[in-house]
Amino acid sequence: MKTFFSALIRSRSGLLGFGLVFLFIMVSVLAPWSTLPDPTMVVLPARLMPPDWIGAHPLGTDAVGRDILSRIAYGGRTTLMVAMAAVMLGSVMGTTAGIMSGFMGGLVDQALMRIVDMQLAFPLMMLALLVVAVLGPSTGNVIVVLALTSWTRYARIIRAQVLSLREREFVLSARAVGASSWWIMSRHILPNVLTPALVVATLELARIIIMIAALSFLGLGVQPPAPDWGQILAEGRVYISTAWWVVTFPGLAIVLSVLGINLFGDWLRDYLDPKTWSNR
Amino acid sequence: MGRFIFRKVAESLFSIWGVVTIVFFVTRIIGDPATLFVPIGATDAQIAALNHQFGLDLPLWAQYFHYIGGILHGDFGNSFLFNRSAMQVVMERLPATVLLALCAMAAGMTLGCTAGAIAALRKGSMTELVIMTLALLGQATPVFWLGIMLILWFAADLHWLPAGGYGHFSNLVLPCATLAVFVSAAIARLLRSSILDILKEDYIRTARAKGLYPGTIFFWHIARNALIPVATMTAILSGELLGGSVVTETVFGWPGIGRLTIQAIEGNDFPVIQAAVFVEATIFVLINLAVDLQYRLLDPRIGRQR
Repeated sequence: MKTFFSALIRSRSGLLGFGLVFLFIMVSVLAPWSTLPDPTMVVLPARLMPPDWIGAHPLGTDAVGRDILSRIAYGGRTTLMVAMAAVMLGSVMGTTAGIMSGFMGGLVDQALMRIVDMQLAFPLMMLALLVVAVLGPSTGNVIVVLALTSWTRYARIIRAQVLSLREREFVLSARAVGASSWWIMSRHILPNVLTPALVVATLELARIIIMIAALSFLGLGVQPPAPDWGQILAEGRVYISTAWWVVTFPGLAIVLSVLGINLFGDWLRDYLDPKTWSNR
Repeated sequence: MGRFIFRKVAESLFSIWGVVTIVFFVTRIIGDPATLFVPIGATDAQIAALNHQFGLDLPLWAQYFHYIGGILHGDFGNSFLFNRSAMQVVMERLPATVLLALCAMAAGMTLGCTAGAIAALRKGSMTELVIMTLALLGQATPVFWLGIMLILWFAADLHWLPAGGYGHFSNLVLPCATLAVFVSAAIARLLRSSILDILKEDYIRTARAKGLYPGTIFFWHIARNALIPVATMTAILSGELLGGSVVTETVFGWPGIGRLTIQAIEGNDFPVIQAAVFVEATIFVLINLAVDLQYRLLDPRIGRQR
């Protein structure tokens, strides 16, 4: 842990990324304990108030008088929860598929890699839209859909890793002493692919945050009244010529959090495993 | 090479079949289109008649075989909403998407390649820092928000360009710029790291030691090798843009197939969803096929290794 931070401090971009991620998480987690007004509270007399940096609404209000700063903070909470859940589900699916594919080979490998190829032949956004349209938009369904668009990336990279791990001495000796495939996969292979899985997960988190915003922007994501960044943007679009602040600030929130995750993810990749990922 | 092409084509056909089949079964769960088209309070007989007209009263497997048979004849059935050939409806929207994709790719590639090459060759300079910061920001910016910001500046504030619409050159500028930023950010980062990798190679040192002109080394030794990963990225991005950039088309009211697909999903227009996804998947697969083949032309080593 100590070496982690001393290495982090030496990288300016890594530190900036870590700072942004930390800010994003802190604001999301602490929002309910702050003095921010209720993000769903409608105050019609206070509609479309411009930003007032020192007043009651630092970032202004939306078309029905809800506080934008508060909606962004609570929206970050929604985004963070949905994104974390989707990344966890996707990484478990992808890691399992990658290990099975790489370790078992043969028919399992063929079948899984065909599915991966087939999914690559399908624009991800289209896939997400179709599935959400079928299942109906809800938070749970958005999580499932995003995990479905995400697992292939883990599967490919981890399969490649497993293919080389499979031939290593510790796997061969485990086999020689009669360990079952299940034992080898869970005790010997899995711990060795957690690092690449973690790196993919960080970068996927950034992509998934953008997808969440895009889905709710199209009205197929997290449903109101739960505030969400994409949803604030979609609602604010109508008032674009009179109220610039409604569409500007939620977008900035997306950019800063995605930028932070990308910077931190790039640094983490180089820190954890400089060899596997060639210089970027 | 012949066997390789055959295998790749077979794999591509399999992928398209898989996509088509998945979409068929997925759309059949969406809902009951007949209820959307009959007037409120329609009798069961009217609904049954409409289901019969759309062929939705047949068993699922019969619908599936009918549908696959139709595809083999190039027939996707009639759109429920437009009452015309679904394929025709999709094809009418394709030119708008292709136009937008080509402009965005051309602008994005030019910008991205120039920026990426400069950043790599001027490594450690202020120029590199600025270019890479912009590229990072470009990658972190969701396209729909960038689109909204461009509308805010150039349409709502300055009144230079229209906020949306289709038909005139001025309509094309903002959506094209939006997508070009997205494309160029990805290309610039990739090309930079690709050039930096190649600069470490022995043959570059040899070429320098021979006293070749820097220009010759750049175009003959560096660029040709560095562009191989860029070609793959280009294909992936083109596939995504040609598949209809759903959000960008929605933001700018661009009548492409991305927006058509959304409308079709909202209206339960199965034949149009199927035809649109078929076209998108086919374009995607064809581009990937082209990349696999062109790989071997660009880099003869790839074929030999396997």
